[in-house]
Amino acid sequence: MMIAALADPAMKRALVGALLVSLSGAPLGVMLVLRRMSLMGDVIAHAILPGTAAGFILAGLSMPAMSIGGLIAGLTVALVAGLATRFTAMREDASLATFYLLAVAVGILMLSLHGSAQDLEDILFGDAQAISNPMLIIMAVVTSSTLLALAVIYRPLVVESFDPNFMKAVRGRGGFYHVLFMLLVVLNMVEGYRALGTLMASGLLLIPAVTAQFWTQRLSRLMLVAIFIAAISSVVGIFVAAAYKVPSGPAIVLIIGLFYILSVLLGRHGSVRARYFPFRHLEA
Amino acid sequence: MTIKLDNLSVGYERHPAVHHLSGTFDRGSLTAIVGPNGGGKSTLLKALVGFLRPMTGHIDYNGLAPQDIAYLPQQSEVDRSFPLNVLDVVSLGHWPKIGMFHGLTPAQRDAAMQALEKTGMEAFAKRPIGVLSTGQWQRVLFARLMVQDAKVFLLDEPFAAIDGRTTHDLMHILQHLQEEGRTIIAVMHDLPLVREHFPQALMLARELIAWGATSDVLCDENLARASSIAGNWVEHAAECERAA
Repeated sequence: MMIAALADPAMKRALVGALLVSLSGAPLGVMLVLRRMSLMGDVIAHAILPGTAAGFILAGLSMPAMSIGGLIAGLTVALVAGLATRFTAMREDASLATFYLLAVAVGILMLSLHGSAQDLEDILFGDAQAISNPMLIIMAVVTSSTLLALAVIYRPLVVESFDPNFMKAVRGRGGFYHVLFMLLVVLNMVEGYRALGTLMASGLLLIPAVTAQFWTQRLSRLMLVAIFIAAISSVVGIFVAAAYKVPSGPAIVLIIGLFYILSVLLGRHGSVRARYFPFRHLEA
Repeated sequence: MTIKLDNLSVGYERHPAVHHLSGTFDRGSLTAIVGPNGGGKSTLLKALVGFLRPMTGHIDYNGLAPQDIAYLPQQSEVDRSFPLNVLDVVSLGHWPKIGMFHGLTPAQRDAAMQALEKTGMEAFAKRPIGVLSTGQWQRVLFARLMVQDAKVFLLDEPFAAIDGRTTHDLMHILQHLQEEGRTIIAVMHDLPLVREHFPQALMLARELIAWGATSDVLCDENLARASSIAGNWVEHAAECERAA
């Protein structure tokens, strides 16, 4: 069945697209989780919705218009949410929760007024098979440039995350790398929304990263494990979605969820198994 | 390479925490900053490292560049759940020299290992930083300071919550750094330790109480004066009229 499905060009594009998102999204997710910015990732993913909705209303189901709309909305909310937490007395998580609910409310209202129920479902939950060839090329460009940029800013980003005072003391320009990193996150959320939907896009970034932490405590391995989980889940999720005619976003995220549950129970670090059935202790 | 303070006031939201302070840290001096909580000790260090801008007056670094100054803040400010090992953190001391892209040379790697040996932490090089005790972590941060190879070291309560043996070892490292001609300025609470090891002391209670040889500074009269000056934040204080 899987081989037969591969003869379908839409299926092939869906698989390649989801793998591309996994490749660059998962390492970004690791950094998001380590920087304690999981909620921020969620906010950005949801903020894309009103932007794609605006693109949809103006230009119909046009991928470039919706992506550009999503990009503008994502960047705006990342910026505004950052400013709101910095310049108001409200705690960061409270500000972020507010932004994300408002963004989803506006987006769903716009789509309900102008689109069909099917359009709404596709945008919210993803339709990987709708990825077109030009879209695939753009996704490949986003993935390649993300990985390249991440390689370049890797060291300052890590230092900035773990010891911001040291970064400041050695004049490391931590703020600049933070902004660049947020830009990468927005780009990857927009890249992911077609395959996963705006409600699910952050799932592919965040859950593999959280899951990987149950298996390793080295940063480089965290990224590799997260990519591995995201990639396997994408492939399996897309086959499940095609076989059962369900949206691809929830299918992929639920497969990642299986990895998560297994890891919570059996992982090497901090799992139920490690806590209640530890291996015998060492001599020193 | 002295650091000269000229009528320096630093603080937060118009309220000075350090008020009209003048004086000089000599090159190669070992100075303890002492005084009551809220007396402006940490604030002074933050001004020296450049995190806070002076409200009045200025700091004359006499040609010291930012990378010549190493700063060790108080305990709580690092995320130790981050997946790095001890050698990674110590190697960060090379940052000002290697920057973003360059790898560590074998010599730099050796320097990091030697610093770990001097702090007694070489066996922990590959351990994740999350598993270390408070004292072990402080030893690691001292190793990073040594790797930084700075000319001036600013340390904020380096021995708070540290046991006697670790304090003794780390104090020894500070003295060694001073013998190499480096300037060391440390915020301290343990007055017996200050009397024993720090030739110079600066007593701050938002204003300068005394600055000079430790035996002169830590006299009963000064200590009484420091504790009597209210460290309170006066909400509606008048504007300071003293010459700026």
